[in-house]
Amino acid sequence: MTEDRRALLQAVLALLAAGFAAWWLPQVLELFAIINATVYVAMALLALSLALVWGFGGILCFGQAAFFGLGGYAYAVAALNLPDTTYAIPIALGVPMLAAAALGYVMFYGKVSDVYMGVITLTVTLILFNFINSTAGDEWRIGAAPLGGFNGIPATPPLNVPGDPGTALAPEQIFVIAVACLGGCYAVCKLVLRSHFGRVVVAIRENELRAALLGYDVRFHKLAIFAIGGLMAGLAGMLFANCVFVSPTMFSLAYSGQVIIWVMVGGVGTLLGPIIGAMLLQALTAWAGTLPEVNPSLILGLVLVVAVLAIPRGLQPTLAALFRRRTP
Amino acid sequence: MDLALATGIQALSGIATLLLISLGLAIVFGMMRVINLAHGEFLMLGAYSAILAVEAGINLWVAMLVVAPLCVGLLGVVVERLVIRRLYGRMVDTMLATWGLSLALVGAVTMIFGNTVAGFSAPLGSVQIGAYSTSGYGLFLIAATLVLLAAVWAVLRFTLAGLVARGTMQNAGMAAALGVPTERVYALSFAAGAAVSGLAGALIAPMSGVVPTMGTAYIARSFITVITGGASMLAGTSSAAGLLGSVNTLGTFATTPVLGEVLMLAIAIVLLRLLPQGITGRFFRRSL
Amino acid sequence: MTALLATEGLTMRFGGVVAVDDVNLSVAERELRCLIGPNGAGKSTFFRCLTGQYRPTAGRILWRGRDITGLEPHAIARLGIGIKTQVPSLFDGLTALEGVTLAVRRKHGEREAKRRAMAALERLGIGELAEAQVGLLAHGQRQLVELATVVAPEPDLIILDEPTAGMSAEETAGTATLIREMNRDHAVIVVEHDMQFIRAIASGITVFHQGRILVEDCAERVLADPRVHDVYLGRPPEARMAVPA
Ligand SMILES: Nc1ncnc2c1ncn2[C@@H]1O[C@H](COP(=O)(O)OP(=O)(O)OP(=O)(O)O)[C@@H](O)[C@H]1O
Ligand SMILES: [Mg+2]
Repeated sequence: MTEDRRALLQAVLALLAAGFAAWWLPQVLELFAIINATVYVAMALLALSLALVWGFGGILCFGQAAFFGLGGYAYAVAALNLPDTTYAIPIALGVPMLAAAALGYVMFYGKVSDVYMGVITLTVTLILFNFINSTAGDEWRIGAAPLGGFNGIPATPPLNVPGDPGTALAPEQIFVIAVACLGGCYAVCKLVLRSHFGRVVVAIRENELRAALLGYDVRFHKLAIFAIGGLMAGLAGMLFANCVFVSPTMFSLAYSGQVIIWVMVGGVGTLLGPIIGAMLLQALTAWAGTLPEVNPSLILGLVLVVAVLAIPRGLQPTLAALFRRRTP
Repeated sequence: MDLALATGIQALSGIATLLLISLGLAIVFGMMRVINLAHGEFLMLGAYSAILAVEAGINLWVAMLVVAPLCVGLLGVVVERLVIRRLYGRMVDTMLATWGLSLALVGAVTMIFGNTVAGFSAPLGSVQIGAYSTSGYGLFLIAATLVLLAAVWAVLRFTLAGLVARGTMQNAGMAAALGVPTERVYALSFAAGAAVSGLAGALIAPMSGVVPTMGTAYIARSFITVITGGASMLAGTSSAAGLLGSVNTLGTFATTPVLGEVLMLAIAIVLLRLLPQGITGRFFRRSL
Repeated sequence: MTALLATEGLTMRFGGVVAVDDVNLSVAERELRCLIGPNGAGKSTFFRCLTGQYRPTAGRILWRGRDITGLEPHAIARLGIGIKTQVPSLFDGLTALEGVTLAVRRKHGEREAKRRAMAALERLGIGELAEAQVGLLAHGQRQLVELATVVAPEPDLIILDEPTAGMSAEETAGTATLIREMNRDHAVIVVEHDMQFIRAIASGITVFHQGRILVEDCAERVLADPRVHDVYLGRPPEARMAVPA
C-alpha cells in the first residue's frame, strides 16, 4: 500500500516538475535554446522508452531508434497529407507501435534468445536506414509527401492548434507539449510498473521459466511492453520532427547506440536515471562538439566503456547507494 | 557464357569479402562467446595502418599482409587486457563496452586523420574474360580469403595451440581443470581475431576507400554473418557468407545495391527465425 | 473415471539419449504418488515434458482425458498444474512475499492475493522471510519459498522435484506434513531420494530406471523388490538413500 502511494507521489512530483519546467524555461531561454531544449526532452523520452523495455522488460533492443525514426516519418508524412496536423498524432504513435508489435511477434513468439534479439533489432534498424536513405527519387512519395532520401523531409509542418489548421504552434508551445509528454510518460511508466501487468513484466525479467510455470504468458507480456516502448519512442520521434526535421539519421546506429549509452549510464532498471543520463550526456556531447580538437564520439565512447567497467549499475543506483550510506 | 562467368566471379568476390570481414569476429565469438562490436573499427584500423605503412615507403604487399595484422593484433592484446578480460561471462556488458570502444576509436581516428577518404588504388590491374573485364585484385581477394581460411583451419586442426583452443572452445571448465591456462588462450584468441580483422581491413581498403566511419558499414554485415553461421566458426561463417553473399550479389544484380543489401538482411532475419541456433546449430554440427 | 493426468507412450529423446522411454503413467484425483529412481533415470525430464518445457518426441499427455501435448508451459499451468523444479526457480530480485503474491494474483484481487501469499509463507514457517529478497536466501529457505509459490495457488496437481534437498531435518519433517496436508484436496507427485521421507508420506511408488517405469506398486512391496535394490545398488556409496534391509 505504502509503495503504491510512493509511486503515486513520484508520479505527481514528476508532473509538477514537468509543469514547472514548462512554465519557467520558455521565459528565460532564447528561441534557439528553446528548440534545443525540446530536442533534449524528446531524447530523454526516447531514453525513457528504452529504460522501460530494457530495464524492466529485460529486452535488450539495439534498434530503439527504428521506432523513433518511424514515429518521426509517420508524423511528417501524415502531417503533409492531412489538413489538420492534429490528426497526424495517432498515426505517429500507431505506426511505430504496430511495427514494434510485429517485430516483437517475430522475436518473442519465435523464442529468439537475448543475443539474437540484439542482432535482429540492429538489422531491422539498418534495413530501415538503408531503405529510407535510398528514397531520394521523385517516385518515392506518399501522397503529398516526398520521402527525400538522405535529405529527409525538411518541409514538415509543425503541430497546429487543434481544430485550427491555420495556426501553427510556436516553438515555446511545442516545448511545453514535449515536457508534458515526458512528464506524462514517466508517470504512466511508474503506474504501469506498479500495476499487476507491470509486476508480471518484471517477474518475467527475473525468471521467465517461473513466470510461465505460474501461468503467465511470457510472450504476450514481452510483446506488450515492447509495443508500449515503441509507442513512446514514436512519440519522441514526433516531437523531434516538430523541432528539427526528419532524416534517415534518425534510424542510424549512432542514435540507437546513444540511447543505450544514456540508459546504461543512468542506470538499467530505473526510470529517472536514463532521463537524467540523456540530459547530461547530450550536454556533454554538445560541449565536446564546441572543443576544436576533440571529437565528441571519443568522449561518448570512453564514457560508455568507463561506465560499464566502473559503475555497471549506472548513476542512479550508485548515487542512491552512496546517499543511503551517508544517511543511515 | 562470359556473362555467367563474370557474374559468378562477382558473386564469389561478394562472398569472399563477406567471409573476410567476418572471420575475425567469428574467431572471437567462436572461441570466447564475446561479441566484439568494435570489430568494424579493427577493420578500419587495419586499413589505416596499411595506408600509413605505404606512405612511410613500405612495400604495398608487406604493408597489407604484415604490418596491418601486426598493428591491430597488438591493439587486440591491449583491449583484451584493459576491457574484455574484466567482463568475461557478461555477454551484454561486453557488447556495450566494445560498442563504446568502437565510438571512441572512430572519434580518435577522426581527430587524427580528419573525416576524409584516404586509400590506395588496387594493384594487379584488370583481367579480360571474353567481352567482360574483371579486376585482378578481386580475383586475388578470393584467393587470399581461401588461403586465410585454410590457414586458420590448419592451425586449429594440426597444431598443439589449435588443439588447446578447440578444447577450450568445447569446454572451458574441463580445459582449465586439465591445466590449460584459459586466460592465455582467450587473450591469444582475441589477439588472433584482431589480427585477422586488421588483415581483412587492409585487404578490402583498395576496394572500399578508407574513412574513420567505414567500420559501421561492415559491423552489421559481419555480425549477421557470424550469428547466422552459428557456433562453428569456420563452417558456420563460410556457409553463412556463401548464402548471404550470393543473395546480396544476385539481389544487387536484379535491383539496386541498397535493395540487395536489404534483401540479404531480411533473409538473415528469416533464417534466424527458422534456425535459432544459426546454420551450424542444425547442420554441420561437428565441424570446426 | 478418467485419470487426472495420464501419459501414453511418452518419449523424450536428446540425440541418441532416450531420457524418457515409452512411459505410461496415470495419476488419479487426490492421489499421492512418489517417483523414485537413480540419478539420470529421467524423472526431471519427464516433468519437463508434463509441464510443457520440452515438447515430447512421441506420445501423448492427457489432462482429465483431454490431450494437452504440445501446449505452452503457461497454458498447462493454467489448467492447474504447479511444479517445484529440481533447481529452485525463483524471482531472485523480488521479495518472497512479492513472488508468492504473483503466483496467486492471477486468480484473486491484490488484497486477497497478498493475504493468501502471506498465509502460504506462514504455513511453511517462513512468515518472517516475507520481506527478504529471495536471491539472498540460503538454499533450504529458497526451497521453502518455492514450495510456498507452488502450493499457494492451490493447483489440482502439484509436482515436487526433490523438494527436501538442502533442507534441515526439521524442515524436511515439516515438508512431509505439508505434503500430506496438501494431498487432502490435491493430487501430488513427488520425487525423493530420502527413504525416511518416502516412508513418512507412505504412498504409491513408481520407480524410474533409464527412462522407463521399472516397478509401480505400494510402498512396502516396492521397497522390498529386489529389482529396485539392484538399480539403487549401482549408485555410488555417498548417495543419500539407505537401502532398506
Ligand atoms: N537438455 C538435455 N539434453 C541432453 N540430455 C539431457 C537433457 N536433459 C536431460 N538429459 C539427459 O537425460 C537423462 C535424464 O536426466 P534427468 O535429469 O531427467 O534425470 P533425473 O532422474 O531427474 O536425475 P536426478 O535424480 O539426478 O535429478 C540424463 O541422462 C541426462 O543427461
Ligand atoms: Mg532430476
